[in-house]
Amino acid sequence: MTAPSVADLIRVQESDFDLAAEYARLAGLSGTGALVSFVGQVRDCNQGEAVEGLFLEHYPGMTERAMADLVAEARGRWPLTGVTLIHRVGALKLGEQIVLVLVASGHRGEAFAACEFLMDTLKSRVPFWKRERRGDGQSHWLAARDSDAQAAARWQEKPEL
Amino acid sequence: MIQVKFFAQVRELVGESALSLPADYPDAEALRAALAARGDKWALALGADNLLVAVNQVLVGLDTPLKDGDEVAFFPPVTGG
Repeated sequence: MTAPSVADLIRVQESDFDLAAEYARLAGLSGTGALVSFVGQVRDCNQGEAVEGLFLEHYPGMTERAMADLVAEARGRWPLTGVTLIHRVGALKLGEQIVLVLVASGHRGEAFAACEFLMDTLKSRVPFWKRERRGDGQSHWLAARDSDAQAAARWQEKPEL
Repeated sequence: MIQVKFFAQVRELVGESALSLPADYPDAEALRAALAARGDKWALALGADNLLVAVNQVLVGLDTPLKDGDEVAFFPPVTGG
């Protein structure tokens, strides 16, 4: 596990996050000329089925460590001035925010690339699992998607953008 | 001793979230095979092609050697984000 940069914030939490507050923190960092944010939220339908909400399980300890490793890897690839990575766990309702990836850098190219890299690799390497509650009262674990594995794999084939 | 943890579908199938076992297994595959032999649900949970294993909170291959004090976790492919 690599020690995070002081400009980075990595958190796993049940509570919601405030995009504007997180944005303001990174916007204030010296050298920042570009900020790219990604927010994932609970969708109201999945593969044609109405969804009522999600429960997110994780592996406490490993989760934080795997997130810190991804941020360190992103910093090794691109010059970044700050990174914020927040992922929620527990019960989430429709439309609630799940994940925030916020990347600041001197110029837009690095910020776009690092944000996408962090999101793609988080989905295949950080131990979170989603259980979906459907409208009919049933709940089930979501299966990993091949498209997510492919999205993560492209960063191994093309280390530089 | 080694600490063994299970998550998501694997945890639900085996009906346990954690076990403490003697450090008698040369590698993660030997541990997996011994656990899978405990019963049908264990075999189902730990026999999947896509089973993931972490040793001391790092994703590794099943051929990873185990030693006293290790924390080993078995879980399905991750679905966060």
